Amino acid sequence: MVRDSLVVAGKDLRVEWRSRILTNQVAPFTLLVVVLFGFALDADTATLRDTAAGLYWVAVLLVAVLAVQRSAAVETADDAHQRMLLSGLEPAAIFLGKAAALFVQLLALEVLLGAAVIVLFDVSVGNVALLLCTAVVATAAIAAAGTIYGVLAVGLGVRETLLPILLLPVLAPVLISATRAFGDAFGRVDADGWAWLGLLGSFAIVYIVFGLLAYGVLLEES
Amino acid sequence: MVPAVDLDGVVTLLGRYPALAGISLQVGRGEVVLLQGPNGAGKTTLLRLCAGLLRVESGRGSVLGHDLTADRRPLRRRVGLLGHATGLYDDLTVAENVRFWGRTSRADDAAMRRALDHLGLTSKLHDAPVRRLSAGQRRRTALATLLVRRPELWLLDEPHAALDQHGRDLVDRLIGEAAAAGATVMLASHELERVAGLSRRTVTIAGGLVVGDTGAPGAPVADREPAEVADGA
Repeated sequence: MVRDSLVVAGKDLRVEWRSRILTNQVAPFTLLVVVLFGFALDADTATLRDTAAGLYWVAVLLVAVLAVQRSAAVETADDAHQRMLLSGLEPAAIFLGKAAALFVQLLALEVLLGAAVIVLFDVSVGNVALLLCTAVVATAAIAAAGTIYGVLAVGLGVRETLLPILLLPVLAPVLISATRAFGDAFGRVDADGWAWLGLLGSFAIVYIVFGLLAYGVLLEES
Repeated sequence: MVPAVDLDGVVTLLGRYPALAGISLQVGRGEVVLLQGPNGAGKTTLLRLCAGLLRVESGRGSVLGHDLTADRRPLRRRVGLLGHATGLYDDLTVAENVRFWGRTSRADDAAMRRALDHLGLTSKLHDAPVRRLSAGQRRRTALATLLVRRPELWLLDEPHAALDQHGRDLVDRLIGEAAAAGATVMLASHELERVAGLSRRTVTIAGGLVVGDTGAPGAPVADREPAEVADGA
């Protein structure tokens, strides 16, 4: 299954590398969101520093919606998802592969977004380990849930319009947990970031296990 | 021997509409069967059913020995379906598409190269992104992604569509070789004169039912004169 997952992940990453949509469209959008947050809060650095964790994860979720839409659209453009069903690959392997590719793309965007937040919002990181662990676990949760809801939206025929409405409420627990953990890592929130990270890990496990079990059924209906 | 396709009163719904309204059909291993009928008759639905992509609402059906109600997943890896869509990734090259679909079925690089050569996809085209191909080149690439998997049952929906004369000849040869190698081929086509030489059996479908069948079930291509297969090539 790992081999098949790598084949699928490699294909998705190659598609993104060739299309350059991530670098030429999504990445600039990411930076634009951060700059607009700065404008909206009137460049008040104290406010920006206090809210940086929340703004960061809201921006990540907005970008994640675009990346999930793109990941689903790649499969539906010429009915490749039907070929996936005929390929003989285990649905769980397809899920893991697509989620892994989404994970890599989101992580790359988060690095860019993080650099922008640190520079523009004048944020200092007090606990780098907590920051990195939170980013990895939260991204895994977003990638897993996004892959599930991407194929679900395809099945419902509403991928362009309803995906954010379906996906964002499901990711609300990730937003809350990751924001608290990041707030602690930035030294701006009186919270136990590691405890929030533990909760975040629980969400990630639930999404991943659900995806492994349900992706085949959802793919059948797509 | 278990027939390649064995359908008995199968009903399949598309939405609430019965696209197949109790169809019964037997196709022997190694047969080449032409499906004909007007638009909306159920030819495409029948091919998708035989690929294990659609549910059986009522009736009984099996393909390559796999029950269409309970055993569709293992069936899917043994069939090759070319539908109206090609299932290709526009941003990948021709070679990358064939390599990806080949790897999903454990095909090696040599098999991929053979498939590309067989469909007349020259090395000049290997590195061309699929989005830049003509409709005919795209169709040939899709066939190469099927060929690399060596399916036991070919399900071809208008396989000659968008192809030039050379491409049509390649498809004819592919069908003839697949049948000669023991694979079963079902093809839906409106170009009856074109495909008449490929098959001695024509099944006519209308309203989701078989309304005509010119060939005796179970007559394999191998029983025919070799020239018949070669003529189609």
